Amino acid sequence: MSSIENKDTSSLKAELIADFHLSQAKLNGKAALPIHQLRGEAMQNFDKLGFPTIRHEEWKYSNVSNLVKQTFDFHTKTEFNQVDLDKIPLPHLTGNVLYFINGVYNAELSQIATPENKLRVIPFSEALAQQPELIEGYFGKYANYETDAFTALNTALANDGVVVQVADNKIVEEPIILRFISDVRLANVGSQPRNLIIVGKNSQVKIAEAYRTVGDNAAFVNTVTEIIVDDSAMVDYYKVQSESDKSYHIGTTQVYQKGRSYFYSATATLNGGFVRNNLNVVLDGEHIESHLFGLYVPNGKQHVDNHTVVDHRKPNCESHELYKGILMDKSTGVFNGKIFVREDAQKTNAYQNCRNVVTSDEATMNTKPQLEIWADDVKCSHGTTTGQLNDEAIFYMQSRGIPKKEAIRLQLLAFAQDVVTQIKIDSIREYIEELILEKLEGA
Amino acid sequence: MLTISNLHARIEEKEILRGINLEIKPGEVHAIMGPNGSGKSTLASVLAGREDYEVTEGSVTFNGKDLLDLAPEKRAAEGIFLAFQYPVEIPGVTTINFLKTAINEIRKYNGQEPLDAAQFLKRMREKAKLVKIDDALLKRSLNEGFSGGEKKRNEIFQMAMLEPVLGLLDETDSGLDIDALRIVAEGVNQLRDGKSSFVIVTHYQRLLDYIVPDFVHVLYKGRIVKSGTKELALELEEKGYDWIKNEVDALEAV
Repeated sequence: MSSIENKDTSSLKAELIADFHLSQAKLNGKAALPIHQLRGEAMQNFDKLGFPTIRHEEWKYSNVSNLVKQTFDFHTKTEFNQVDLDKIPLPHLTGNVLYFINGVYNAELSQIATPENKLRVIPFSEALAQQPELIEGYFGKYANYETDAFTALNTALANDGVVVQVADNKIVEEPIILRFISDVRLANVGSQPRNLIIVGKNSQVKIAEAYRTVGDNAAFVNTVTEIIVDDSAMVDYYKVQSESDKSYHIGTTQVYQKGRSYFYSATATLNGGFVRNNLNVVLDGEHIESHLFGLYVPNGKQHVDNHTVVDHRKPNCESHELYKGILMDKSTGVFNGKIFVREDAQKTNAYQNCRNVVTSDEATMNTKPQLEIWADDVKCSHGTTTGQLNDEAIFYMQSRGIPKKEAIRLQLLAFAQDVVTQIKIDSIREYIEELILEKLEGA
Repeated sequence: MLTISNLHARIEEKEILRGINLEIKPGEVHAIMGPNGSGKSTLASVLAGREDYEVTEGSVTFNGKDLLDLAPEKRAAEGIFLAFQYPVEIPGVTTINFLKTAINEIRKYNGQEPLDAAQFLKRMREKAKLVKIDDALLKRSLNEGFSGGEKKRNEIFQMAMLEPVLGLLDETDSGLDIDALRIVAEGVNQLRDGKSSFVIVTHYQRLLDYIVPDFVHVLYKGRIVKSGTKELALELEEKGYDWIKNEVDALEAV
């Protein structure tokens, strides 16, 4: 064992391990339950793995060394209330809106609109403490807590989040919006939300996760969402990030799709000091469709890393992926897109495209498409481009009376539109449009 | 309206305009002709404010203002319009939204209220008819996937919408078949109201069959080497540019 032992001696790691032992002590006889066994295993894995360094292939361009030097309070009490919420509005919100302040479900702020015969919404903490059998069949069965240190950490220590269960043959009209707010007005705060979304056969649901920071201290958000899309179900899943420059966001969304199901997603990162999104989709049935869209608009010294994995395991499926980035100032971006087409997955159509505009000489974008194809009768393509704004187009607009700044803004907005228009929850799309406008004001 | 005096301009180290003098009065149509590489398009670009060119000498006055001092968008707001030789495709921005933004920016510059939706629509319908451009085309992304003829027609449509004081047409005839040429020319002719002026940059005489110029100038090696009326264009059509080149080159040799 010692040969693979990680030499991570960071204070953050030590703090988290101590935290785990404390939580174990409070289990009060439940430690033998399978779910807690699994959490123990995950902790062992994290202990072995430690936080990744840039020598780790998957973390080559995303350096977490500044994160692990800091300490975070994972159990801070927050007074965050409606008055605070009113200061960070997300306009025209309707449907099921759930609030998590520093990772903890806040029932007072939340509202659930859909009747329970269609949709069950249970805080993860409640499921864990009172109904572990509800989640045992799913929790940790999809997200990789064996070799992914952050997922292992979340699996071991997550104490809240949400379990969403859509029954078979139900169309949930009202969207489910999960708002995660890091309240760092008093101290550095860490949170590890864990979400489990189980969508039954032939059902339809739209879900969004929105992340935000309030306050000037540092935030560390390590989130894992597992989504199980049963036969012929349709899931829309959007992630919107507008976190502070002092925040670290590491998020994994693990999707498992069964036959004839449909998964449609967009990840929009408007702000955040350090952002790493992993979106992993497993297509484990025939005639599955998956769509992955992404948009990132970092400025200043922000860093946004999107890693995606699309794993075609069965024949006759298709996946489409389009990620677009606008990189300003000294920001950095990473796109790493893996597509696996397994031996069985004949007649696969898999497309991947990553397009970037860099508006400053000091911004950097690293792109790496990785296709591994073992089947022979497939259609796969990938492409990445990173370019600057078209000067001729800017002059063209100027020559019609549009000031240069406005010309640049219009073009960047137009560039982002391909992704923004994909978002089918109106309030979320409008929110993203607003955030982009705000961001491009400074471009 | 426009006075160009001893205008010199270069791109990188290459001097392209070497002392242009030209006076344009309200309502006049001037054709600028000349062999390839003579500086015709450069002149249009410099007037519109393209950054690639550096003016090294001379001046341009437009309605009493130092034109060379103004950013391209301000020149447009003052009433200059350049119809591009190669109109740019702008994905994601519809022609309609583009023009709405452009018109209202120009109005703002001139201290006018923005056009409301109804006024804008009315103007758009009128002008679209002028150049026989399809409504559906205007709802699409600007020039994206347009044919060569559609792009040029869209240029003239935009010119009509912006109602410039001085329209610069940079080889608008290039790549057009005869029907498209006729439509474009008719569009321009309907904009000739005795007040607006036009500079038509062209290599061939054929556009001038439809847009009859008041003056024809021949540019060669960055200077206007011959000026005349529409008959000069016909003469060039018949005899080509060699006789002018020879004349100039012989003079330079002395």
